[in-house]
Amino acid sequence: MEFLGLYHYWAFAVLLMIGFYAVIAKTNLIKKLIGLSLFQAAVFLLYITMGKVEGGTAPIFSSANETGLFSNPLPQVLILTAIVVGISTMALGLGIVVRIKEEYGSIEEHQIQEIDRR
Amino acid sequence: MIVLFSIFLLTLLLITAIAIVRTQNLFVAVMLMGIASLLIAANFFLMDAADVALTEAAIGAGISTVLFLSALALTTERERGASQRKALSFAVVTAATLVVIYATFDKPRFGDPEAPVQTHVSPWYLEKTREYIDIPNAVTAVLGSFRGYDTLGEVFVVLTAGIGVLFLLGTGAGGRGISTLEPNARLRHDLIPRTVGRLLIPFILLFGLYVQFHGEYGPGGGFQAGAFIAAAVILFALLEGEERTLKVIPQRVLIGLTAGGALLYTAVGIAGMLLGGNFLDYSVLAENPIKGQQYGIILIEAGVGLTVTGVLLSIFHAFAARRT
Repeated sequence: MEFLGLYHYWAFAVLLMIGFYAVIAKTNLIKKLIGLSLFQAAVFLLYITMGKVEGGTAPIFSSANETGLFSNPLPQVLILTAIVVGISTMALGLGIVVRIKEEYGSIEEHQIQEIDRR
Repeated sequence: MIVLFSIFLLTLLLITAIAIVRTQNLFVAVMLMGIASLLIAANFFLMDAADVALTEAAIGAGISTVLFLSALALTTERERGASQRKALSFAVVTAATLVVIYATFDKPRFGDPEAPVQTHVSPWYLEKTREYIDIPNAVTAVLGSFRGYDTLGEVFVVLTAGIGVLFLLGTGAGGRGISTLEPNARLRHDLIPRTVGRLLIPFILLFGLYVQFHGEYGPGGGFQAGAFIAAAVILFALLEGEERTLKVIPQRVLIGLTAGGALLYTAVGIAGMLLGGNFLDYSVLAENPIKGQQYGIILIEAGVGLTVTGVLLSIFHAFAARRT
């Protein structure tokens, strides 16, 4: 059981690093942004996983739930807003990529650097 | 049981993530991102985070996919050139993964009610929600009232990002040319998507309004509602074309929504100051402090909903109206 619980954190670590790999190893700018959003999703998962309380329910009070055991609302609030902020900043990144494509005719990092060196 | 199911979901998620990074076709990668988002949303739901699951499903699987696709339409669908410094990157990433995994052995047991994260401020929030605000959804209470400053900051970040996209890509007004949506708006001629989509749009809008105004009692609130309403309008744009959508909701209305929502939020904060409280202190908004808190939360959630709808739709139009 101990082991099963840790799996959540391991999945977080692996997902985080899969995203990071795409950011550092891929040359395509859109692929880098996709990697960044995987990285971001991994952080969201970590926060929500930490907020889970065994036997708890969603932090919404009702007459059916008198035990008073709720999962932690605070990480949920932080991540709820972070998701919306994440999509807005991702759109900003995509906007920059579209402008780069228009100016350089390419979204591959090495080609852009070559054009810059000329 | 829940742990096993969530392990299953996480394993699927990791497989999807590896496929996303490996594929050379960006279109496939974006579609797989939609699946990954849905898996993440399901996992959030298992972790008792209903509000977050709702947001992730609407934003991650819905709007983010559309935005990435419109960016692909403007750039390229194929990734050219192999990965750079593959071996080095792989070594760095593996080492970092092992370090993070080593660190997890020190973490409190999964679901431990005595973990430091559960014993710091959150019992106070859970307890005082009933006493000070008296609404069933503690997430909305923390979001709107206890941590109202944070949320105000997030709304302004969303607003700023929206303005940034409009600066980069333009508002699409002024007859810039053919929109990327128009020439390949083949969806318009497909009977089934068109009919089903048309039937769905009113219900998505209704559900968005329900989520907006029921956020105090169940999962929901301005962030989710904004995403749902934006998704409904984007679906309309995919079916009926960019031009007709802009006739229904013109650009200036969107900009008004965007700025108006953030202004409404700030105005509620300042109203609290004028009535003798602190900034974003809603207790002074009504005779009864608990009622005042509830009015404050409803108003700021409306502000959040307006801004999020406005920004997401402005961003969508900015991408869709750009000529390749």
